[in-house]
Amino acid sequence: MSTPQIPTPLVKIENLTVRFRGAQTVHAVNGVSLTLEPGKVLGILGESGSGKSVTLKTLLRLLPESRTDIGGKVSVDGRDVLALNPQDLADYRGAVTSMIFQDPALALDPVYTVGEQIAEAIVRHEKTSMKAAMARALELLELVRIPSPARRLKAYPHEMSGGMRQRAMIALALAARPKLLLADEPTTALDATVQIQILLLLRQLQRDLDMGMLFVTHDIGVAVEVSDRLAVMYAGQIVETGTVRELIRDPQHPYTKGLLAANLHGAKKGERLEAIPGAPPALTEPPDACSFAPRCKFVQDRCRAALPPAVQLGEGRVVRCILAEQALVAAA
Amino acid sequence: MTLETHPDRGGAGTPLLQAKTLTKHFPLGGGAVVRAVDGVDFAVMKGETLGVVGESGCGKSTTARVVMQLLPQDKGEMLFDGEIVGGQALTLKEYRRQAQMVFQDSYASLNPRLTIEDSIAFGPTVHGVSKAAAILKARDLLQRVGLDPARFAARYPHELSGGQRQRVNIARALALGPRLVILDEAVSALDKSVEAQVLNLLADLREEFGLTYIFISHDLNVVRFISDRVMVMYLGEVVEIGPVEELYGDPRHPYTKALLSAMPSMDPDNRTMEAPLAGDPPNPINPPEGCRFHPRCPHAQTVCAKVKPILATMGDGVRQAACHMQVPGSGHSHAPALEAAA
Amino acid sequence: MTAITEGSAALVVPPLAKSPGYWAGVWRRFKKDKVAVGAGLVVLAIILMAVFADYVAPADPTRSSMLRRLRPIGTPGYPLGADELGRDMLSRLIHGARLSLFMGVVPVFVAFVVGSVIGIAAGFFGGKFNTITMRTVDVFYAFPSVLLAIALSGALGAGITNSLLSLTIVFIPPIARIAESVTTQVRGMDYVEAARASGANALTIIRVHVLGNVLGPIFVYATSLISVSMILASGLSFLGLGNKPPTPEWGLMLNTLRTAIYVQPWVAALPGAAIFITSISFNLLSDGLRSAMDVKG
Repeated sequence: MSTPQIPTPLVKIENLTVRFRGAQTVHAVNGVSLTLEPGKVLGILGESGSGKSVTLKTLLRLLPESRTDIGGKVSVDGRDVLALNPQDLADYRGAVTSMIFQDPALALDPVYTVGEQIAEAIVRHEKTSMKAAMARALELLELVRIPSPARRLKAYPHEMSGGMRQRAMIALALAARPKLLLADEPTTALDATVQIQILLLLRQLQRDLDMGMLFVTHDIGVAVEVSDRLAVMYAGQIVETGTVRELIRDPQHPYTKGLLAANLHGAKKGERLEAIPGAPPALTEPPDACSFAPRCKFVQDRCRAALPPAVQLGEGRVVRCILAEQALVAAA
Repeated sequence: MTLETHPDRGGAGTPLLQAKTLTKHFPLGGGAVVRAVDGVDFAVMKGETLGVVGESGCGKSTTARVVMQLLPQDKGEMLFDGEIVGGQALTLKEYRRQAQMVFQDSYASLNPRLTIEDSIAFGPTVHGVSKAAAILKARDLLQRVGLDPARFAARYPHELSGGQRQRVNIARALALGPRLVILDEAVSALDKSVEAQVLNLLADLREEFGLTYIFISHDLNVVRFISDRVMVMYLGEVVEIGPVEELYGDPRHPYTKALLSAMPSMDPDNRTMEAPLAGDPPNPINPPEGCRFHPRCPHAQTVCAKVKPILATMGDGVRQAACHMQVPGSGHSHAPALEAAA
Repeated sequence: MTAITEGSAALVVPPLAKSPGYWAGVWRRFKKDKVAVGAGLVVLAIILMAVFADYVAPADPTRSSMLRRLRPIGTPGYPLGADELGRDMLSRLIHGARLSLFMGVVPVFVAFVVGSVIGIAAGFFGGKFNTITMRTVDVFYAFPSVLLAIALSGALGAGITNSLLSLTIVFIPPIARIAESVTTQVRGMDYVEAARASGANALTIIRVHVLGNVLGPIFVYATSLISVSMILASGLSFLGLGNKPPTPEWGLMLNTLRTAIYVQPWVAALPGAAIFITSISFNLLSDGLRSAMDVKG
């Protein structure tokens, strides 16, 4: 710890673009770059259509390849994810990077017991006996703190409650000891009292197992609970990054500020909310100006003329807004 | 034919809506019964907003549908401005002009084959207003909910964004000139930035039309912002009712307390360290005996498993909670002493 | 809230430019589906051919010639050969389209009307009415359609009218079931709840909110039954329960030519090919309609 050393990032995304072809082309991700150090949590915050889930799915190559154009570079743990051949991809999925979803129904097979599914995932990656795998599946259920795990090992997903299923899905995702866990709104469908349990569980597992985690959510409060750093996405771009503290205490981008105000935390009853007017753009064209300009109350002519600069405010603190640039110039 | 405004009959002292032991059970077959709403009592005063919170299975949406009379109650009755809903003085059809509802799913609540203005105009035509007058009214309402009628009136629902559709749904609810509007998770499906716009709109409309809201939501921040009083439900029962700031600041029922402390902290230096409750909310098929919360309650004692707590009034009479710890002489060791209450 | 007032003068509602509506969108999506458009053109061609058979057919479909029996395809004067009685195959296929299409479309159409009424009523009112109606329908649905058609036709006696009747009865249950399921789905939608909450009665809700949303899917399903109906009608004729000679009809032609399968296999296969092309075109057309009508967001 004494020698300052830049750790090799676990995830490094450079200038990622994702375009869906179809009746209408959708430019879902437009030049996203981010890094994640091993053992850290990056929260990706954004509204529907901001490209946050698409970015996440690119890391596991889950997008339909036949109608998706992906550009840029994605590397995880030294692997060039976009160039993996089918065999390497199969080894990579689960063992290096694994994912949990909003709806456990997407990840859990209704016709197998939870134990069988977890054991199967272990056998696939570690070539152990089914018996040893079952023993480890039991350990995993204990790890995610499912009550009476031995009994739950033989349960089918539909026999479990929502929170329990989510825990089972987390156990499944951890089966092959991944270095990176991707979480796509894993608590959005849960009740409030269950959500906080799952958040605390994820936080602890991530720390105990020293995993990197990318946590996608639309809920600032949830992001604050689990993340070390935050990236705010809008219209397929990251508009602001920084530590959780920096973003909550000192948001720079007008969109981040608007989101915080809209979260109603500390909003006074009877006062008008500072709402961001309008709605996000449709993304049928790649952006050639600031995507937020039409909704921004600080908009200037330059915002509509060119893409905003990525202003570096500090180590890992970047804001895509000319206001930040102007503030920096004024301060200098 | 015109739709006249509704006079205030009972005066300011009479609640606009009073629900008395509303009960709705759904038989599942095989003798099992979902006790979705089980003896719920509450009142909504004129001009106030009553927030309703609770987790899935607590019965808040069923309550909304019973209040709207989309589901008939099994037991209990409702008084609207002092008159029995569905009785001689206030027929169901007449009641439905005065109470309206906005649903969560903005897309499913608009007929995909009707234009926006036709959807809004439908209600008034049912009550005998001519089509032309209803259309004009619809365009006026579109204006008031912030949608330019020249641009939107002749469009179809799928051409609008979620926030715009929810504005249309609000306009549709207002078309009959209701006094009570039930908002069932009406902003929950919207993005945060759009949600704030719609909340502002709801506040404006409440002012402009003198509306009374029942605002149902799972989002405690939103409920705190918009409500005057809040009702907390658990497994088909009311566990606590009170003015919003008092209830949030000093929750009296352990469940309310748990619900509030389960809210994610917005402070990165003060993150939540412990979950207030373990496990999931149980389903309302076979609710526990006694206090329904007792199996998850950190303060549960023998009395809680045996005796069902009453919804006791306390403080200056504006707060109610159904917890043995609030009732003097209930047999719970944390209950206030009898003489202290006297 | 201000009251809605209506003066003595007639209200003038300024018309607004309607945005391209639902059906415009359906048409736009349908146009892009090349397979469906192709199938639609084939169906259109067959219909036109049937309607104008008298003008299109090169010869009289019933004029036989003992000298020119079972000529191969390409014989001068007989472009598609001649059948076992020396009649021009091309002319018979063209004229046969009339009865075959008729037997395909009419039972389905009648069943569409009757089945929709039953299904929509059962779906909308639900409860015991639904249970009784749909269980009755299920009794008929339990029989394989071919078996039911043959049994009914056999009981009613041979002939076109009886075939039509029995085919109609065969198609009512499946259409009623589809109608019931889409109506049940629509009835659960919030816009129907909202309509109830506005005080509208059942008939108004069905007319304004249900019909427009269920007739499309039912119609598309019914379209897919046209090919089944044609094949069943052909089957009935083949068994001697439907059409009687000498009127040309594809099923009956297939039947009478089967004895010539070793002599002129290509000619004998022609009516089957006509049935195949027509029914697959109807199916592809209805598939295309279904995906074009499937609007999301």
